[in-house]
Amino acid sequence: MIDLLRETASQTAGPYVHIGLAPKAAGFDVFENDFGNVLTTPATQGERIVIEGVVHDGSGTPLRDVLVELWQANSQGRYAHPADRQAGKALDPAFRGWGRACSDFETGVWRFETIKPGAVAGRGGVLQAPHVSLWIVARGINLGLHTRVYFEDEARANAEDPVLRLIEWEVRRKTLVARREQRDGLPVYRFDIHLQGENETVFFDI
Amino acid sequence: MQDLVPPPAAPDAEYLMRDTASHPPAFAPGYKTSVLRSPRNAPIAISQTLSEVTAPVFLPQELGALDHDLLRNYARTGAPVGERVVVHGYVRDQFGRPVRNALVEVWQANASGRYRHRNDQYVGALDPNFGGCGRMLTDDAGHYVFRTIKPGPYPWRNRINDWRPAHIHFALSGNAWAQRLITQMYFEGDPLIATCPIVRTIPDEGQVRALIAQQDPAQFVPLDSRAYRFDIVLRGQRATWFENRIQGEAA
Repeated sequence: MIDLLRETASQTAGPYVHIGLAPKAAGFDVFENDFGNVLTTPATQGERIVIEGVVHDGSGTPLRDVLVELWQANSQGRYAHPADRQAGKALDPAFRGWGRACSDFETGVWRFETIKPGAVAGRGGVLQAPHVSLWIVARGINLGLHTRVYFEDEARANAEDPVLRLIEWEVRRKTLVARREQRDGLPVYRFDIHLQGENETVFFDI
Repeated sequence: MQDLVPPPAAPDAEYLMRDTASHPPAFAPGYKTSVLRSPRNAPIAISQTLSEVTAPVFLPQELGALDHDLLRNYARTGAPVGERVVVHGYVRDQFGRPVRNALVEVWQANASGRYRHRNDQYVGALDPNFGGCGRMLTDDAGHYVFRTIKPGPYPWRNRINDWRPAHIHFALSGNAWAQRLITQMYFEGDPLIATCPIVRTIPDEGQVRALIAQQDPAQFVPLDSRAYRFDIVLRGQRATWFENRIQGEAA
């Protein structure tokens, strides 16, 4: 049998992940250009939204040392990456679609300022509902956790989404749908994550 | 493996299924914090879509000239205290192909085993000239290199007398969201590796060995620094000979 190289083993990001990925949150300034949680500039196309939430452990306690990364398509549903060759969808030069957020050290709330993504083509000609991908790392998490955020006000698209429909337990699908609120004139999608317990969030092996 | 010519990968081809046996399980009670932070349900396997085979592309101009030089990027009054080392290696995929333009981010404690972090209360001294983080992009051969001081080991509250071996944290962002990886690099010869509860979360000895950087005398900088080599493997991208419907084209 042909042997491939093995993927390097994952190790926890540890309690001080902020030093490397968000040094300002760790309490110091070292890089000229920090990667952060604001994905938009004034030139970005699309509806401004906030996605925020708390990550809870199995006791219901907020993780106050978690780092969340977000990856999404632009308002037309196109990813800023050469592999995305969907016809008829333009790149937005003012939107990369990636960010990282640290939870607040007191409250555990993390937050992204972004735009609502358009729908992206799925496999076999089935359109995916608008969604963003999240990757969650922290002390005590041995392999980064992948999940997706869908939007409450896209009920029809969500009902047809091939990834949501793959979740055999319908009761668990709702763990991936962010609740829409309005705050200061801005739509805020609330997406709380439960690592364990009754409402354990669906995580994906991608 | 090294003699095998890798198959050509299409830009939007899928990545190999993750070999979960290569990684620690989520629930690893020897590492106590994992007990309440590990999902109890199995992760749901999905066929990759554009969402999983794409990832942010980073540009060299986003990084500063000293971002990969931990000896200088936080130096205020002089050089940081400790053993000067160069750390370098290749980032490849499972077929052995170089992963070009991968973002490599590193962070670590200083020579005393103390992190520059608001939450680190360890009695070991902070070093005014050492921040402890750096970042770089791999070149066309998948190679990365940075300079730093060798981090010290430090105690942590797991069992009451557990000590972390000297280590450097690595975060890797390759060409696909599915390749995203965080790991830790250890140093050859460190006796603390064998008993570390975080190292021991990895069930496979070969996988542990692959995290231990080897001293690399050929790359020592004479009268200046020693060198360590640490190669990293990210998930491999498949060829798409018979099927390429990831973007939804008709079959």
